[in-house]
Amino acid sequence: MKAFSYERARTPAEAAAAVARQSGAKFIAGGTNLLDLMKLDIETPTHLVDVNGVGLDEIAKADGGGLRIGALVRNTDLAADKTVRRDYPVLSRALLSGASGQLRNRATTAGNLLQRTRCPYFYDTDQACNKRLPGSGCSALGGFSRHNAIVGVSDACIATHPSDMAVAMRVLDAVVETVDPQGQTRAIPIADLHRLPGDTPHIEHTLKPGEMITAVTLPKPVGGTQIYRKVRDRASYAFALVSVAAIVQRDGTGRVAMGGVAHKPWRVEAADAAMPQGARAVASALLDGARTTHDNAFKKPLAERTIAAVLVEAGRTA
Amino acid sequence: MDKESPLDPRGLDINPLETRVSRRKVLIAGTVTAASGALPAMATLANEATAPAEARPVVMSKVTFEVNGQSRSLELDTRTTLLDALREHLRLTGTKKGCDHGQCGACTVIVDGRRINSCLTLAVMNEGAKITTIEGLGTPQNLHPMQAAFVKHDGYQCGYCTPGQICSAVAMLDEVKAGIPSHVTGDLTARTRLSVDEARERMSGNICRCGAYSNIMDAIGDVAGGLA
Repeated sequence: MKAFSYERARTPAEAAAAVARQSGAKFIAGGTNLLDLMKLDIETPTHLVDVNGVGLDEIAKADGGGLRIGALVRNTDLAADKTVRRDYPVLSRALLSGASGQLRNRATTAGNLLQRTRCPYFYDTDQACNKRLPGSGCSALGGFSRHNAIVGVSDACIATHPSDMAVAMRVLDAVVETVDPQGQTRAIPIADLHRLPGDTPHIEHTLKPGEMITAVTLPKPVGGTQIYRKVRDRASYAFALVSVAAIVQRDGTGRVAMGGVAHKPWRVEAADAAMPQGARAVASALLDGARTTHDNAFKKPLAERTIAAVLVEAGRTA
Repeated sequence: MDKESPLDPRGLDINPLETRVSRRKVLIAGTVTAASGALPAMATLANEATAPAEARPVVMSKVTFEVNGQSRSLELDTRTTLLDALREHLRLTGTKKGCDHGQCGACTVIVDGRRINSCLTLAVMNEGAKITTIEGLGTPQNLHPMQAAFVKHDGYQCGYCTPGQICSAVAMLDEVKAGIPSHVTGDLTARTRLSVDEARERMSGNICRCGAYSNIMDAIGDVAGGLA
């Protein structure tokens, strides 16, 4: 690990200003992803601004009947929150399907959104990776790629976004609130937070340098049967091969988002519209333009079957 | 108040972090030398890829937290994880370093009542925290019920994952009591009840290379008053 200086921020604005002040500075909250990457010299911050003391750790009612989740709310607390369990169960389910009990006790809402890919070539500093070292190439394209993305990919990068929570937040139309180093706040629809890789896979989100996530708000509950189905190589404590977050209403309409298939939580309007027509139509809309490798071509039929399983379960519980 | 000693009782500096860095430097130097000899064109590449970008000065920072009921103050390289602070600076070697990346759970300790991976938190991030390690749960003369149950049910083979398993299991039972659901909880709005499936899912962050899982489950079930 490279040496770094360290400070504790007392307010979000102070934290944002501190990160903007020094080149190479980063926020640290749970640290469960950042420290992992720092030990491998994949992340090499010069300065860490510890935001654990800035507050932002509450879940409260938001205007318009929604819910405001502080950026520092731990994954365990968000998953266990009574309102989330009752009104946004897809979010609880997604959180509980991720990581381990120990990690969820530390991992935060904002950190979960901003966690980095688990592509094996991003993690192996002996391999080419445009995300880790722009311009070096992508070893995943011709390599072991069964975990990698099949939609929204580019010739530069086929990494996935590893979060389960973010997929549920995408299907719930969450909005991300931020504060920048000048103290200005803004609200970013979660659809616009993460970027596709394109030619610049090292730029993963639309936050400006020093801009800090302060909260995630959920619109008022939409009801329906809410399901998060995650398919992985083992029954617990593994990243998704594919995952499906769905909200299905009694009349068969609804919304759907997928994890494990793209550089961001994947949702397509046409797929929502196709819900009453069944899994094949939904999968076809979601995976339109998919580009698979030899290793991950299985994700297309797996996605369709997972959507089918979710729709059957929704029909059973409606 | 305790102050860490940079020297071990033999008067030798045995900070393993520094030892590791210097060994790495030797390896890097070796790589570059080998590349230069064999392939002059590659030498530049190897050099650029492996040479330390810039020498950064070590930054020290003070932290005070409570470990097993005792206040401890340390001045540490900011890079020191809580795990290394416990093992190398406070000599509490009951907590084990397995993968050092949050994948195995051997380093599990209880911080402010919650189990966490001590390898994935910096010591300085735990200012004011109350930390319980395996040494603080019980003593050989006065075992914690979970420790006693692991002995009774032979919940280990080599024992390396055991401190993490026990700390994790103790905090896990508290999570169930607090009504925290899990991935296998059927009804999210109902009261959480511990079953074999629940216990297995909740303990999945602790890997046992020897495969003592069934006996670990027996030990946990014993302390929990039976698994449904």
